[in-house]
Amino acid sequence: MSGFFKSSIGRKVAMALSAFFLMFFLLQHLSINILSVLNPELFNEVSHFMGTNPLVQFVLQPILIFAVVFHFVMGFVLELRNRKANGVKYAKNNGAANSTWFSRNMIWSGLTILAFIGLHFVDFWFPEMNTKFIQGDWSGTMEGVEGFRYHEELVHKFANPVRVAAYTISFIFLGLHLAHGFTSAFQSMGGTAGRKKTLQTIGKAYSIIIPAGFIFIAIYHHFNH
Amino acid sequence: MDLTLKIWRQKDASSKGQMVDYKVTEISGSMSFLEMMDVLNEQLVNAGEEPVAFDHDCREGICGMCSMYINGEAHGPDRGVTTCQLHMRMFKDGDTITIEPFRAAAFPVIRDLVVNRSAFDRIQHAGGYISVNTSGNTQDANATLISKHAADTAMDAATCIGCGACVATCKNSSAMLFVGAKVSQYALLPQGQVEAADRVKNMVAQMDLEGFGNCTNTGACEVECPKGISLDNIARMNRELMKASI
Amino acid sequence: MALDSKVPKGPIADKWTDYKNHINLVNPANKRNIDVIVVGTGLAGGSASATLAELGYNVKAFAYQDSPRRAHSIAAQGGINAAKNYQGDGDSTYRLFYDTVKGGDYRSRESNVYRLAEVSANIIDQCVAQGVPFARDYGGLLDNRSFGGVLVSRTFYAKGQTGQQLLLGAYSAMNRQIARGKIEMFNRHEMLDVVIVGGKARGIIARNLVTGEIERHSAHAVVIASGGYGNVYFLSTNAMGSNVTAGWKVHKKGAYFANPCYTQIHPTCIPRSGDYQSKLTLMSESLRNDGRIWVPKHMEDVLAIREGKKKPTELTEEQRDYYLERRYPAFGNLVPRDVASRAAKERSDAGYGVNATGEAVYLDFAASFERYGKEQAKIHNISNPSEAKIKELGQEIVKAKYGNLFQMYEKIVDENPYETPMMIYPAVHYTMGGVWVDYNLMTTIPGCYAIGEANFSDHGANRLGASALMQGLADGYFVLPYTIGDYLADDIRTGKISTETPEFDAAEKEVKERIAFLINNKGTHSVDYYHKKLGKIMWDKCGMSRNAEGLESAIEEISALRKDFWQNVNVPGTDTEYNEQLAKAGRVADFLELGELFAKDALVREESAGGHFREEHQTPEGEAKRIKDFQFVSAWEYKGEPKDAVLHKESLEYENIEVKERSYK
Repeated sequence: MSGFFKSSIGRKVAMALSAFFLMFFLLQHLSINILSVLNPELFNEVSHFMGTNPLVQFVLQPILIFAVVFHFVMGFVLELRNRKANGVKYAKNNGAANSTWFSRNMIWSGLTILAFIGLHFVDFWFPEMNTKFIQGDWSGTMEGVEGFRYHEELVHKFANPVRVAAYTISFIFLGLHLAHGFTSAFQSMGGTAGRKKTLQTIGKAYSIIIPAGFIFIAIYHHFNH
Repeated sequence: MDLTLKIWRQKDASSKGQMVDYKVTEISGSMSFLEMMDVLNEQLVNAGEEPVAFDHDCREGICGMCSMYINGEAHGPDRGVTTCQLHMRMFKDGDTITIEPFRAAAFPVIRDLVVNRSAFDRIQHAGGYISVNTSGNTQDANATLISKHAADTAMDAATCIGCGACVATCKNSSAMLFVGAKVSQYALLPQGQVEAADRVKNMVAQMDLEGFGNCTNTGACEVECPKGISLDNIARMNRELMKASI
Repeated sequence: MALDSKVPKGPIADKWTDYKNHINLVNPANKRNIDVIVVGTGLAGGSASATLAELGYNVKAFAYQDSPRRAHSIAAQGGINAAKNYQGDGDSTYRLFYDTVKGGDYRSRESNVYRLAEVSANIIDQCVAQGVPFARDYGGLLDNRSFGGVLVSRTFYAKGQTGQQLLLGAYSAMNRQIARGKIEMFNRHEMLDVVIVGGKARGIIARNLVTGEIERHSAHAVVIASGGYGNVYFLSTNAMGSNVTAGWKVHKKGAYFANPCYTQIHPTCIPRSGDYQSKLTLMSESLRNDGRIWVPKHMEDVLAIREGKKKPTELTEEQRDYYLERRYPAFGNLVPRDVASRAAKERSDAGYGVNATGEAVYLDFAASFERYGKEQAKIHNISNPSEAKIKELGQEIVKAKYGNLFQMYEKIVDENPYETPMMIYPAVHYTMGGVWVDYNLMTTIPGCYAIGEANFSDHGANRLGASALMQGLADGYFVLPYTIGDYLADDIRTGKISTETPEFDAAEKEVKERIAFLINNKGTHSVDYYHKKLGKIMWDKCGMSRNAEGLESAIEEISALRKDFWQNVNVPGTDTEYNEQLAKAGRVADFLELGELFAKDALVREESAGGHFREEHQTPEGEAKRIKDFQFVSAWEYKGEPKDAVLHKESLEYENIEVKERSYK
């Protein structure tokens, strides 16, 4: 079993497993965030639950962080190995003839997403950690805001057009990453021909809906407040 | 038609190579690509120069010997063909054609366009077989029924000619389509079941050892494969390895 | 030396079994001390290497390609025969034996052919056990198709790639032994001479084609499995590298060369398109199962088609001449290859050829589309299907059977064979002649064996479709591994053969001198120049039909061409690097000798038999006419110049089969 994850295929499977977890996370993240448009109060409730529930905070959150780090590190290691396997570069290589740009450039869409995660941490996660763990404030409220603070913080962030633009571009790259990543993860796990067509449709839908949803939320709040 | 050829020339494995330009004239569209190369070589020999070395043998698309990277694609722009079955009618008068060897760290150049693909053989040594002795006493060929579907799918996998276009095309120089095809052929047949677990483990281990890259499912190999070997074979190999390991 | 074919006594059905029961065996411990060299890794060489290694011998296998999997057996399309009688259509060992002898025009050795038919069934069992994915029917049983020259369905197939699958089977068996260290594989190596020590074959001189190094390899026996010599014609369906060198070198060292003039010209190949052509492409004969061969009945239609004014599909049934069905009503389009080829040549020579070169006939699937289409419509319960629907359904069936061949045709010719009939013309395909061997498959050099297409053995003057694969695997899997043991049983105390002996020194010196000569000659003409010239002489004068005058001039012309070659050939580069021109020069030099012997053999054989058609010897209807006095194998002994070769005759006796006029009417 330990040998398995050392093999090329084992690493591929590990990439796929972490990807599955991350894709599930994206889905739930979007589901919650969309509430900020549909029902701000409910959004606050759910945010508070997620932000204070020990299971989420102390089990799921570390797993998520591990998955992100693992997915990135493994992706980077594999990219380096694959480059080494190439040998001499072609003078002329027509990759577009046989594959999509986004499938060949997962490392670049991935790095863009990584950069985005950095920004996202600075925007939300670090302040959140600061409030909870350094200042010890687990109330979910803030001065001058009635009820929970989460919706207000969100709206505030998206007032800045530069941030909205950065988010939008990042989500487009996320879409490209998912456009290949979704079906690729299933293929790595041994998905068979029979399910392929449906999978591809679901994959396409997923890789459009997720980033489009996030972009919508950012733009919505930018223009509506 | 008249053409300009940019061809990779390299004296031997240890020398440095470079692209060299040549001109050929009066090429007919019914010529195969290798016949065009013959014209060039005859021209070079008569001019006292060394001809371009390239691998070729059956010239009917089945031996898997020919291996040219033409205008940025393994076996050139046509689909479902090897270099020897690529015809010049795919090109236009005045075209410049770039011709390179199949590239991968695991396929070192021997000379010009000739590469060493013995890594493929070694992967097969590691498990590309069913252990049965030649005795004349094996059971009757019809004793085990094999569904037409399984036999046909196994056949589709078995049509791999081992040319290496998948590796050459892959941005990661991965050999998984080649290995997946062999693993699949045996995995689909009852005869292959007994050794299935060891086979896939050993072949994948050897594949990794040879320095091939990792598959990132771009699907380029499937498109460029002259025999249309399906990506499903890689998925099947992944399943087989998971099954064998867990 | 008198020829002794060493055929065992006894009734034909018991010969092989009795023989196996009484030969000498080598015990397993001793096999470890015995080395065997196998030259060539196609079906015969690959299967022999694997089986000998399984038995415990140390095998050294040589291939000029970069992997054993690329040997030209891989290109065989149609199938492999076996007397399994799975279809219950009356097949049996005897019937396969009978068909093969008759198909070979009564010019093969009865005992060998019977043995071949006998082990044929084992081959299928063995290959299935190895994982060869033969075609199956919906019940899960093996499927069969029928082939030319027979009345039963006994051909097993794997799509249109049977040779590939069987070779990959043998290759997989080799891989297992390579992994165990029992086969040492020498890829990109070419055998350039055999070494005889004390009258026995004890090794070879080989050249590493990558480095140019000349190597010595010793063994207790040498097996030649290097295939046929069809490339003597320059254009053939053989691979570019296929050559006679290994067979010719052993011939020059004492092995007799048998029936060189028996060449098979395959009827269904893609016609030549121009002078630059480097090889011809075969379309499996199995196409004749479903295709009908024709040319226009009237000359004006022929001319209109050539000028592009008319399409073949515009001709009505009455305007077409289905000449095979007309001449041979019983077998129709499924007559043996030699008959079909000559009939195509006859029509083309009469001016009815349908392409620009005048050398092409039609192979038409329209009738099959209709027949299968109607059948499918019934199966799918489609009442009153339209003609287009019928055609579509029928095309699906044909596509499933021959899709890859249709695709290949379209790629090469740039015409869609589903819409317009294919054009075909005969091309050189297989050589029945080869190194003479006895019942043990041993040549006239003790310890030197020849198997597969490289030997002359089982097909007589003409080979039936799907029998080459059968013979290659029979020799390699089931015959040689027994018979070689009988010889090697005397070698258990010999010990390792040294390569540091005067015999190896001499052989290596000779090889090196020849290479040095070729490299240093720096003449005026390329190797291909000579090969093409030789090919033209062979095709024009030793092709589908031959006559004394042409053959006599061929001998002189080839002799003169050879002289010219050795004076004016130009081989670029050096001998210490990868140099394909040099390798080719050596092969063409051997073809230039073989070609002359070929013509001489054809001249001496004053009869028509199978692939050998002498214009002087034909029936009033233009069929081949055998002559009883020539019921023998011509085995030639090397005496310097090929034209000075001495003829030895092995007379052929038929005790189990009545020699008849071969008729497919």
